Amino acid sequence: MISSAAVLLWGVAALLGTAVLAVSESRRSGSGTRLIYGLTLGISAAVLLVLASRIANDPVTPSTAALPLGLPWIGAHFRLDALSTFFLAVVNFGGAMASLYGLGYGRHESAPHRVLPFFPAFLAAMNLVVMADDAFTFLLSWEFMSLASWALVMAHHREQDNARAGYIYLVMASFGTLALLLAFGLLSGPGGNYTFEAMRAASPTPLATAFVLALMLLGAGSKAGLVPLHVWLPLAHPAAPSHVSALMSGVMTKVAVYGFIRVIFDLLGEPAWWSGVVVLFLGGLTAVLGILYALMEKDLKRLLAYSTIENVGVIFVSLGLALAFRANAMPSAAALALTAALFHVLNHSFFKSLLFFGAGAVLTATGERDMEKLGGLIHRMPLTSFAFLVGCVAISALPPFNGFVSEWLAFQAILQSPDLPEWGLKVMVPAVGGLLALSAALAAACFVKAFGITFLGRPRSAAVEPAHEVDRYSLTAMFSLAALCLLAGIVPGLVIDGLSSVTLPLIGSRMPVQMAQPWLSIVPIATSRSSYNGLLVFLFIAFSAAAAAYAIHRFASHAIRRGPAWGCGFADVTPSSQYTAVSFAQPIRRVFGTFAFRARETVEMPPPGQTGPARLDVEMHDVIWETLYLPIGKALDFATDHLNHLQFLTIRRYLTLVFLFLVVLLLVLALWP
Amino acid sequence: MNGLTFDIAHLLAGGLVLVSFMMLYQDRLFALINVFALHAVVLALSVAWQAYIQDAHHLYVTAAIALVFKAIVIPVGLHRIIQRLGIHRDIETAVGIGPTMLGGIGLVALSMVLMLRVTPEADPLAREDLAFALSIILLGLLVMVTRRNAVSQVVGFMSLENGLVLAATGAKGMPLVVEISVAFSILIAFIVIGVFLFRIRERFDSVDVGALDDYRGEHR
Repeated sequence: MISSAAVLLWGVAALLGTAVLAVSESRRSGSGTRLIYGLTLGISAAVLLVLASRIANDPVTPSTAALPLGLPWIGAHFRLDALSTFFLAVVNFGGAMASLYGLGYGRHESAPHRVLPFFPAFLAAMNLVVMADDAFTFLLSWEFMSLASWALVMAHHREQDNARAGYIYLVMASFGTLALLLAFGLLSGPGGNYTFEAMRAASPTPLATAFVLALMLLGAGSKAGLVPLHVWLPLAHPAAPSHVSALMSGVMTKVAVYGFIRVIFDLLGEPAWWSGVVVLFLGGLTAVLGILYALMEKDLKRLLAYSTIENVGVIFVSLGLALAFRANAMPSAAALALTAALFHVLNHSFFKSLLFFGAGAVLTATGERDMEKLGGLIHRMPLTSFAFLVGCVAISALPPFNGFVSEWLAFQAILQSPDLPEWGLKVMVPAVGGLLALSAALAAACFVKAFGITFLGRPRSAAVEPAHEVDRYSLTAMFSLAALCLLAGIVPGLVIDGLSSVTLPLIGSRMPVQMAQPWLSIVPIATSRSSYNGLLVFLFIAFSAAAAAYAIHRFASHAIRRGPAWGCGFADVTPSSQYTAVSFAQPIRRVFGTFAFRARETVEMPPPGQTGPARLDVEMHDVIWETLYLPIGKALDFATDHLNHLQFLTIRRYLTLVFLFLVVLLLVLALWP
Repeated sequence: MNGLTFDIAHLLAGGLVLVSFMMLYQDRLFALINVFALHAVVLALSVAWQAYIQDAHHLYVTAAIALVFKAIVIPVGLHRIIQRLGIHRDIETAVGIGPTMLGGIGLVALSMVLMLRVTPEADPLAREDLAFALSIILLGLLVMVTRRNAVSQVVGFMSLENGLVLAATGAKGMPLVVEISVAFSILIAFIVIGVFLFRIRERFDSVDVGALDDYRGEHR
């Protein structure tokens, strides 16, 4: 019997083969596009079937495979345990949906030969990262994933800003891989054994553990978009074609989360309790800042990318909680927090893909990403707007959709914090809980804005005029995801029970069995503390809405009155007097803008007696970019300017430099204690 | 190992360092090349002695290679080059002889301290050998750094390589094929550098590497 890891490797090989095929096929537009996306859809679906049979039969027993590739004395090891099975399911489901969407969306692609070969390669690379069982394979796949996604970001490299986005992405990705390389170097220890099995067995010193944690936060955090390493994400994710944006935001950030969980929870052993504080703090900061940036944004795809940063923050808060509970031997609470994190990983991959698909549909229909030029699309694209609305409700964590369940689980874990012994955590966890609540509320505001400005109101520009509903492939992809958002919200117990096989090996504990509860309720700790029933909420909402609608239609007056529409006090009602994305966010900017963005509003009044209009100018700064990245750039410029002289020395000087450096090294060696 | 074999090995390796020092203060090209030939002869003796005490016959081949190529072929070749180039005049040393000698003494002290520290458990013969070899390598580099003339830089490079051979023969069990390939690579380097010398000379009427720098528009 061939192991499931080997079967999945065949799947990866098929994806790579598709990538090679795409190089020749992409010249034929139309049929080539359909062939490639059809193949990736088929392969992802087949891999999902394998994973489903594994989950149904025996998700816990690891399945391994080795290939004689890579470093000669190691080879390439692959392993499939519960954690990687879960993340592979996320990756391949996202891949299948993106391929389905691409079947329709890809027809509008202006440069298919820049997208088609890299799309299957990107999927293959993400699969490999999750399956890797030694550091060399992991890093190689990770870098392959970065480069394939970079090529996709650069697909439309002639567009303004895309080249800059690609450059910053490349720099940050290289930096992240460097951090990972050093982390694995520390994990492998002086023996230099790069298999994960040896790393699991080794027990690093507390100092090395701290360094590995810091390096993983830098390496995996920069890929996931943890503040302050997020700067590339809102530039690069929107620059790619929309189904690739969905993959990058919905899936690639999850692969980064996988890397973090794999190293910190599986390979590293037991980090100290304060590591939880660090992760919690960074997660809370990321959540709030990410959503604040999203609120200030008027480009739809960039807004979604910033919201990805917020969701990564939510996931990291849950991971930090799991670390804190595990360090204090509270396994059931740790299992709850880790389940919340993994559940949110799954949810975010659903609704963020859905939202990016919706944004892509809007982009196809109107050619616009700027919300200030959209509006009124609900009349022209009713189905897309309905699916987008479902995504907005789900990401705003409103019941009965799935976003609510995972954030609710995270709050249930936060409510366990009084049992923690350390005062640092006792103080920190409720504070981060506050940040999480704030970010959830801001996210709701943000997506009211995203949906309202884009789909409601009246068209703000002529770009909306030719818009019409998108093709059925795209709609199928969006509605499948919308249905899953609802389903995961109504039957969360199924997901939670499925995740128990992941938490069990990592934490040594699991949440109570949820499917045994009556009426699909979920009870994270005990019935006396808290429970939630998505089905009940859904039925209540459906029933009360239907009853209200019926009551209004039945009992309201049928007399038709015609009169002038109320002009809201404006004499001249034009589309420009509606809410705009910027004006909607203004109250929030007033509250948070001064410290988060150093925002400054200046009003220029016309001089007395003049009838000219007043001007309101808003000046905003990206504080993190200006205080962290610009100085680094300046220091680098300074250093390279001054080191430039070294390019023009005489031969003898070069020899002298080499000689002096050798002597200095020997001196250091001689004087080393 | 009895005291005498050790002392002779020590004497020959020390002699090599001494000849390296002699190279530092030669300010005429012919003299420098003659000293280099002496350097190669001492190296050949030292390698042959190693072959005798280690009872490793292939080291005799190494010694023969050193003697034939480095003590005869290369010096004769360099003599011819100098005659054809017509540069019999003084070498302009870039650094004065006094500071160079002091620097050389410092380098030898450094390599002794370093080698004796990092190899406490090694065979005493190999330890001494390695320390002397490192001194010779550093002195060869010093020759290259303190000279301006391309021919004398070549000589410095060759003497540096002698240090490498000494280190290699001190370590027991070095295969012959490695030594032969090192010897050939040195020979090829010599040929290539020789060709370059003539090309430089053709173009600039000088083998002072400063002329190259002037050509590149740089300042010394």
